[in-house]
Amino acid sequence: MNKADPAAKKRIQADLSRLKPYGDTMNDGKVQLSFTLPVPDDEKGQEAARQIILSMGLSDPIITWHQALEDNFTFYVGYGSLEKSIDYATIHVETVDVEIMSMEETNDFIRRHFGRKLKVIGASTGTDAHTVGIDAIMNMKGYAGHFGLERYKMIDAKNLGSQVRNEDFIRAALDFKADVLLVSQTVTQKNIHVQNLTELVELLEAERLRERFILIIGGPRINHELAKELGADAGFGPNKYADDVASYFCKALLERKEAGR
Amino acid sequence: MAELRLDWDKVDQARAAAAEIARDTEEKLSAYTTVTVERSVARLFGVDELDDHEVPLPNRLVEVLEEKNLLGHGTAYFIGRAAIGHGLNPQEFAQAVAGGQLDPARLRPVDPFELKLWIDDAAGKSMAKIRANRLHREQELDKYGEHEGPLLYVIVATGNIFEDIVQAQAAVKQGADIIAVIRSTGQSLLDYVPYGATTEGFGGTLATQENFRMMRAALDEAGAKAGRYIRLCNYCSGLCMPEIAVMGALERLDVMLNDALYGILFRDINMQRTLIDQRFSRMVNGAAGIIINTGEDNYLTTADAYEQAHTVLASQFINEQFAKAAGMPEEQMGLGHAFEMDPKLPNSFVYELAQAQMARQIFPHAPLKYMPPTKFKSGNIFQSHVQDTLFNMVSVLSKQKIHLLGMLTEAIHTPFMSDRALALENARYVARSMADFSDDVEIKEGGMMEQRADLVLTEALQLLQNIRANGIFRTLAEGEFAGIRRDPDGGKGLEGVVYQEEAYYNPFIKLCQDEEAEIMAGFLEKRKEGQNE
Repeated sequence: MNKADPAAKKRIQADLSRLKPYGDTMNDGKVQLSFTLPVPDDEKGQEAARQIILSMGLSDPIITWHQALEDNFTFYVGYGSLEKSIDYATIHVETVDVEIMSMEETNDFIRRHFGRKLKVIGASTGTDAHTVGIDAIMNMKGYAGHFGLERYKMIDAKNLGSQVRNEDFIRAALDFKADVLLVSQTVTQKNIHVQNLTELVELLEAERLRERFILIIGGPRINHELAKELGADAGFGPNKYADDVASYFCKALLERKEAGR
Repeated sequence: MAELRLDWDKVDQARAAAAEIARDTEEKLSAYTTVTVERSVARLFGVDELDDHEVPLPNRLVEVLEEKNLLGHGTAYFIGRAAIGHGLNPQEFAQAVAGGQLDPARLRPVDPFELKLWIDDAAGKSMAKIRANRLHREQELDKYGEHEGPLLYVIVATGNIFEDIVQAQAAVKQGADIIAVIRSTGQSLLDYVPYGATTEGFGGTLATQENFRMMRAALDEAGAKAGRYIRLCNYCSGLCMPEIAVMGALERLDVMLNDALYGILFRDINMQRTLIDQRFSRMVNGAAGIIINTGEDNYLTTADAYEQAHTVLASQFINEQFAKAAGMPEEQMGLGHAFEMDPKLPNSFVYELAQAQMARQIFPHAPLKYMPPTKFKSGNIFQSHVQDTLFNMVSVLSKQKIHLLGMLTEAIHTPFMSDRALALENARYVARSMADFSDDVEIKEGGMMEQRADLVLTEALQLLQNIRANGIFRTLAEGEFAGIRRDPDGGKGLEGVVYQEEAYYNPFIKLCQDEEAEIMAGFLEKRKEGQNE
C-alpha cells in the first residue's frame, strides 16, 4: 500500500475562493431539490423537470421521484451539481456583534451602568396574530432553555401580544417610558412584514421619536441586514433568544448614554 | 386501545364543577343579546348583500335599530312588523331602513298574536333550509360510508378562493377528509362579515358566504370523483361568531371552529360579548349538525405543554358544558387538544400518548380535534416531518377523530401543494401500518402513562374547583389559561352587548334547540346500536 498521495489530500480540502455545495466529495456541487410543476405526471413531465434543474445552472440533473398531486400537478425530487462557484472571502454580512451575556451578567451590567431597570416593550404588530416569536423572547419561561426578559430582575418587560397597531404600539411605548421596542413578525405573506415595519419606522420618524428608542425587530424572515435596511437598530432571526437580544440592547443603550444621547 | 384506568370519581367531580361554571356564566349573561346575534337573526330571515356604501345590510339594519335604542326588542320583532304592517319581506325592509325610507321606530302597529305567528312561521321556513342541508350531509355520509381511523384534516390558505379550490381539490385527491379554509389574518376582529368572492387575504382567505358556497360546490365535485364525502371547515370564532355560524349552516359547512375562550385569550375579544355570541352560535351549529372545534390546543403554543396540560383538560370540560347548555350533542363537540411537548423532553411521546388517550376516554362520544406540533417546529423540514410522524402515531394509537395534519414547512409558509401531499402520505402510512396495533397492546397498570393521566386529571379538577369558586371572569382576569390575563370589561366588542327588553324575542333559540334534540335522539339510537354490536 502506498501512503496517501498529497494531491489526493489536497483534493479533499475546501477551496474557499471557489466555494461549492458538498455532497460526499469535495467540490461535487451536489444540490437536493424538490418542486412541483403544473403538468401531468408522465415522461414529458420528467424531462421538463430535468430541464428545470438544468436551467438553474446545475449539471447532471436526475429526477429521483415523481408523483401526481392532481391531474395536472406533479411533484419531483431531484439532484444536480452546481457548476458555478462563489468566492467566500468576498462575502460581507452585517451581524449583531456583541458578546452574549448570561441573565445574571446582564442584570449586573444594567445595575452597574444604568442603576435602574431597563424598560422593554414588545408586540407582534400589524395584522400578525402570532405571538410565538415575541413570547419566546419575553415570556418568563422563554424558549429552548433561554429564559425570557420577564425573568430578568433588572428588566421591566411588557408584552402587548398580537395584532397591535403601530400607532397603539408607539403610544403604549411612550406611556410605559420604554427604552427598547421589540417588534415581532412571524407569519407573513406577500412581504406584508416589510410594509408594516416600514410604516412603524415612518411613524416614529414623523413623530421625531425614532432616536428615543432602541428599535429591534425579529422573526423567521428577519435578519440584521434587513433590519438595518428598514431603519431599525438591530434584527434577530431564527435561533436567537432573549440573551442575544438583551446583550445587544444593553450595550447599545450604554453606547448611547456614553455618547450623551 | 387497552384503556387507562382512570379515577372516574375525579372525572365526575370535574364535570360537575364545569357544569356549574357554565351555568353561572350563562345566568350572568342571559339577559343580554349582541349586535352580531341580532345580525344573525336578520341573516336567518334572509337579509343579505350590501348597501350603496358596501356595508352589509344586516349591519345597516342592526345599526339603525341600535341608534334608535330599539335593538333590545330583537331584530325579529321589527322584521315581523314590517312584513305584516308594510308588506315588506326582510330584505326589502333592511333596504328601506338602510336607505332611510323607513323608520323602524314608526312601523304600523300590528296585533301581537299575529306578529308572533308570522315570526315563528317565517323562522320555521329558514330552519327547514338548514335541516335540508343536514339531511343531505347525512345521506351523503350514508351513501359513501366512512373509513376507519382518524379523519384527515388539511388546510388551504392562499388568500384567493379560486386558488384555494385548486389546492383543496388536489388535497381531496391525495386523501384528505376535511378541508379547512384558513381565514385571513385579522378577520376575527371585524365586526361585520365581508361579502362576495374574494381573492386577497393575508395568511388565509376571507370567510364570506359566497366563498363558502364555491368551496362547498368544489368539494362536492371532488368528493364525488373520489367516492367520499368531503367535510368543509371554516371559522366562526371572532366578533361575528353567530353570523358566520348561520352562513355555515346555510352553505352546508360540516366543521366550524367555535370557541369564545380562544377569542378572549388570543384575540382580546371582550369576554361578555363573545360568550353571549358563542351561546347562540353553538345553537346554530348544533342545529345544522355541524361539528364544532374548540381551541384548547392553542394554550400550549404560549404555555408549556407538559406543565399546563391540565388547563387543556379543564377547558375541554368547560367547553363541553357550554356546548351542552346550548343543546349540542356530544357527537358534535370537537374538543381540541395538541401534541406540543418539547421534543427534547425525555418520554414526551409517552406523556403525549397518555394525555391523548385520557381525553378519548373522558369524552368518548366527542370527535376530538387533535392538533399537530407547531411550537417546536423549525426551518429543518426533515426533522419537522419526523415530529409529525410521531404525532400521527399518537393520533392513530389513541383513535382520535379529527386529525389535523402537521406540515413539514409549518414554521416557514402556508402549505405548498406538495407539503400537503407529503403530510397526507405520512398520516395514511402510519394509519395503515399501525391500524390494529392499539387493540393488541395493554397499558401497564400504575405505569408511567396512568400516573401521567392521573396527575393531569387531578390538576384539572383542582383548577375547575378554583374556577367554580371564583367564576370564569375572575379566572380569565388572573391569567389561568395560556398565561394570558383578560379584563372582563376590556377587549374588543363590549359596546355591541345590548340588554334585552321584556318583549325581546328570538324565534331561532327554540327552533335550534328542538332541532338539536332531534339530532341527539338519532345519536342516542346510534350509540345503542354501537353497544349492541
